[in-house]
Amino acid sequence: MSRRAELVLALLGAAAVVLLSWAVPWLRFVLTIALAKGVAVLGILLLLRAGQVSFGHALYLALAAYMAAFGASRIPDTLLLLPLAGIVAAAAGLAIGLFVSRYRGIFFGMLNLALSMVFYSLLEKFYAVTRGADGLRVPATTFGGAALSAEGQSWAMLCVALIAAFGSGAFVKVYLASPLGSALSAVKTRETRLEFMGVPARLVLLAAYVLSAFLAGIGGVIVALSTRHVTPALAYWTTSGELVFIAVLGGAGGVLGPFLGAAAYELTRVYAAALVAEAWQMALGAVLLLVILFAPGGLWGMGQALAARRRPA
Amino acid sequence: MTALLSARGLKLAFGGVKAADGIDLDVGAGEFLAIIGPNGAGKTTFINMTTGYLRPQAGAILYDGRPILGLAPRRLVTLGIGRSFQLPQLFGEHSVAENLALAIAAREGFWSPFRPLMRPVWRDEADEVLARFGILDLSETRADALNEGARKLVDIAVAVALRPRLILMDEPTSGVAGADKMAIVETLVRVLRDAGVTAVFVEHDMEVVGRFADRVAVWAQGRIAALGPPDEVLADPAVRRDVIGIDPGEDVHAAA
Ligand SMILES: Nc1ncnc2c1ncn2[C@@H]1O[C@H](COP(=O)(O)OP(=O)(O)O)[C@@H](O)[C@H]1O
Ligand SMILES: [Mg+2]
Repeated sequence: MSRRAELVLALLGAAAVVLLSWAVPWLRFVLTIALAKGVAVLGILLLLRAGQVSFGHALYLALAAYMAAFGASRIPDTLLLLPLAGIVAAAAGLAIGLFVSRYRGIFFGMLNLALSMVFYSLLEKFYAVTRGADGLRVPATTFGGAALSAEGQSWAMLCVALIAAFGSGAFVKVYLASPLGSALSAVKTRETRLEFMGVPARLVLLAAYVLSAFLAGIGGVIVALSTRHVTPALAYWTTSGELVFIAVLGGAGGVLGPFLGAAAYELTRVYAAALVAEAWQMALGAVLLLVILFAPGGLWGMGQALAARRRPA
Repeated sequence: MTALLSARGLKLAFGGVKAADGIDLDVGAGEFLAIIGPNGAGKTTFINMTTGYLRPQAGAILYDGRPILGLAPRRLVTLGIGRSFQLPQLFGEHSVAENLALAIAAREGFWSPFRPLMRPVWRDEADEVLARFGILDLSETRADALNEGARKLVDIAVAVALRPRLILMDEPTSGVAGADKMAIVETLVRVLRDAGVTAVFVEHDMEVVGRFADRVAVWAQGRIAALGPPDEVLADPAVRRDVIGIDPGEDVHAAA
């Protein structure tokens, strides 16, 4: 798919998001969350390119969300909080990445899981600071100094989410085309050759890991500032699993995959939850099974295959 | 002739198997040295020790006069030591041109996320290297779709793109179809000679050895059993019987 076609699709998607948010006001919040998760899943996609699956990236999402919750009283502007909390998540990603980038496969996945569960229990146990399982309320934030009404705030968060999605999507696309991004698939299959080109495979993975932590952090801040409430559940392993689920559902073949997956996931969740209450996880499970068995490229891969069939070469 | 690579008393045993049992060898700058010997003689082990994959239990290796034992492969590359592999190590999901561009990027600056891998200068250089090897037409082919012979050549092209002074090649012609073989070896040797690269290569085809090697080292059970110009070594009755597996007296080239 050409760069231009992808951009046109992204713009169409953005237009659809805005239109839906206007026509069905309660979807505005759902779509903001979907975009936030899409940003976080972009990071999961980078790791998938290297053949690594993290079952612990909720750690970075939750870390940035709590940073936003604590920081909002002192730095009450969204446009400052967002990059700051992202950088905190990236710094944590660097510290942890130095350690986990030595590992591959199941060990990599489980180490991430273990660390995120440690963070989860810290959030639960230190009640004096974090209010335990009750979580923290997030004060309202301004946007470039402007305080907005509740309605205005929800539109502004949607805009922030859209801008973050475009910015991070574009950056990840550029990153994947660079030597550093191209080498990710080499980490998956041919570390020896990479080393014998003079490139430390570990650093290739570490760079992607730090970026993925930053993206998870950005997603986390948007979630915190939109829901206005953070709880330890953000760091629970099911949140990490959700990110991986969305990555597989959307497909790792292109930067639109995560957003397609996140939108499909969130919309299915709200509609299925309304229709069949307890059975929505089952519906999602069945969808995931079908994707893995019949469309390993995910929704994005399916779309590409359909487009290719319609326009024979 | 000054030695670019010197091995002194290399020893390495795996359990009871002596893969290197006192290897002494000097390779002169610009020389083409062929290594022959039966399977399991320790040829790959020697290459692995020289390129930083295996650490000998005793001995020393000097490259350009400095000891290099204990240096990681990554460091050795920057000193100018390149290698190709007995089983080619290519990035299967990438095109041939991208495989080369990754090597060029590794040399020129790998770490900026804003520089595309396929930027024109790197692309052109990748194509230029492929053209020297006569495989420019493979540029866009995915590496995992190549046949065995092409895979070997691309593997060597990647090593050459790193601009080594010394290249170690493990069986560069095995798996290459019979008819094309000599043409491919000729191209390979021309590219390496033009670039002034010193080459050590493991080879089973005695015709290739006879035509292209300056000297031959015969490996046997972790030792160098014979060393010298090809016409002398390949005519040695013991070598012919034990390594080449033909009766003394038969013509050398008839074995190929
Ligand atoms: N990493 C290793 N671990 C255990 N044994 C090895 C290893 N590498 C080589 N060997 C053994 O050392 C001997 C020499 O192997 P190798 O150098 O691959 O021989 P060649 O390349 O001449 O066929 C063989 O007996 C082989 O089984
Ligand atoms: Mg071998």
